[in-house]
Amino acid sequence: MYTQALNTQDQAPSAASDPLADARFQARVDAEERIEPNDAMPEAYRRTLTRQIAQHAHSEIVGMLPEGNWITRAPSLKRKAALLAKVQDEGGHGAYLYAAAETLGTSREQMEEQLLSGAAKYSSIFNYPTLTWADIGIIGWLVDGAAIMNQIPLCRCSYGPYARAMVRVCKEESFHQRQGYEIMIALARGTPAQKQMAQEALDRWWWPVLMMFGPPDKDSQHTESAMRWKIKRFTNDELRQKFVDATVPQGHFLGLTFPDPALTFDAATQHWNYGEIDWAEFKRVVAGDGPCNRQRMKQMRAKHADNAWVREAATAFARKRRQRAEAMPIAAE
Amino acid sequence: MSDQNWPLWEVFIRTRNGLSHRHVGSVHAVDATMALHAARDTYTRRGEGLSVWVVPSASITASDPADKDMMFEPTASKIYRHPTFYEIPDEVGHM
Repeated sequence: MYTQALNTQDQAPSAASDPLADARFQARVDAEERIEPNDAMPEAYRRTLTRQIAQHAHSEIVGMLPEGNWITRAPSLKRKAALLAKVQDEGGHGAYLYAAAETLGTSREQMEEQLLSGAAKYSSIFNYPTLTWADIGIIGWLVDGAAIMNQIPLCRCSYGPYARAMVRVCKEESFHQRQGYEIMIALARGTPAQKQMAQEALDRWWWPVLMMFGPPDKDSQHTESAMRWKIKRFTNDELRQKFVDATVPQGHFLGLTFPDPALTFDAATQHWNYGEIDWAEFKRVVAGDGPCNRQRMKQMRAKHADNAWVREAATAFARKRRQRAEAMPIAAE
Repeated sequence: MSDQNWPLWEVFIRTRNGLSHRHVGSVHAVDATMALHAARDTYTRRGEGLSVWVVPSASITASDPADKDMMFEPTASKIYRHPTFYEIPDEVGHM
């Protein structure tokens, strides 16, 4: 979903770089060779990727919260089963991504600690609340739709383990988007109240979803190195435009109206033009002042603390079994 | 104590009989049994496999990518190991 990490400045002091080694590395990347875990790589590449993959993983894990909010209140058994499977997938995506990030030398526990301490970020979109059932439809249709736009090019990312994790993720996202759009169709064809619920959800989520792609290219100076290293294949604005072009007709099929009076089809360019995004809101949410930032962090920390006994019990059980196994041959003698 | 790092396990899955097990990723687990369960939950939610192997990551000895020329160059220079090195007249037909 979530390449917003590529837009933040790397504050760590840059390690002494070796121009010759860097040039060799760049030549491999330019030749579309995949970089694998033990290969030589510039420290800045390792740091950028670690932060990016970790933020992506954190987004999948935090993303379970807004949807988990509706599991017990899903309107039918079919919807409940689908939502449970989807939330489980998000946990799985987090696990694939942590595994990919660990190949760069940072442990999952360290990454988890950075999330819980607030040092690491996750996608801005998960700081918005899921107020009605229609929001679950919107998350599948739009949030996962935006994620797919972002993640398909990541399947060709220069770092092998990240690219391979993305292939698995993309296969599963397609189910997520289709189940979300089906929820939207059911509401749009339902009673006037249901249709209104669908419209209100679109009104709430449309702009935050467009912000998922990150700041406009003119304000995103870090896109350059991510593109040069072939971590990123398209700029923020290119991906946003692809998403708008793909999504607007889907919304019109539902009979819904997008909350943007400037949204018009340009016959010359064959693209949908959209209005000005409120980047002040984006900055506020990323800085921690969105509608749900504090609640999400509180839930994540509580979950980590509440599950401590499970981790302790598993460790104790494994130790006991190991000791028994070691004692066995002696008992047999 | 609960937050100490759990061992890492590499996961290999056979997607169907007739194919070899293939590396798919890794999981953290306290022991082999838990690693198998975690691997099943993480990597086979849609019928991706019929068999799972988990191997402690620490048990894998890997070649160093920096040594790849020394390790693998001889296979490139010994072209006589390939069938196309040998000339067979066209009249003989496919061999």
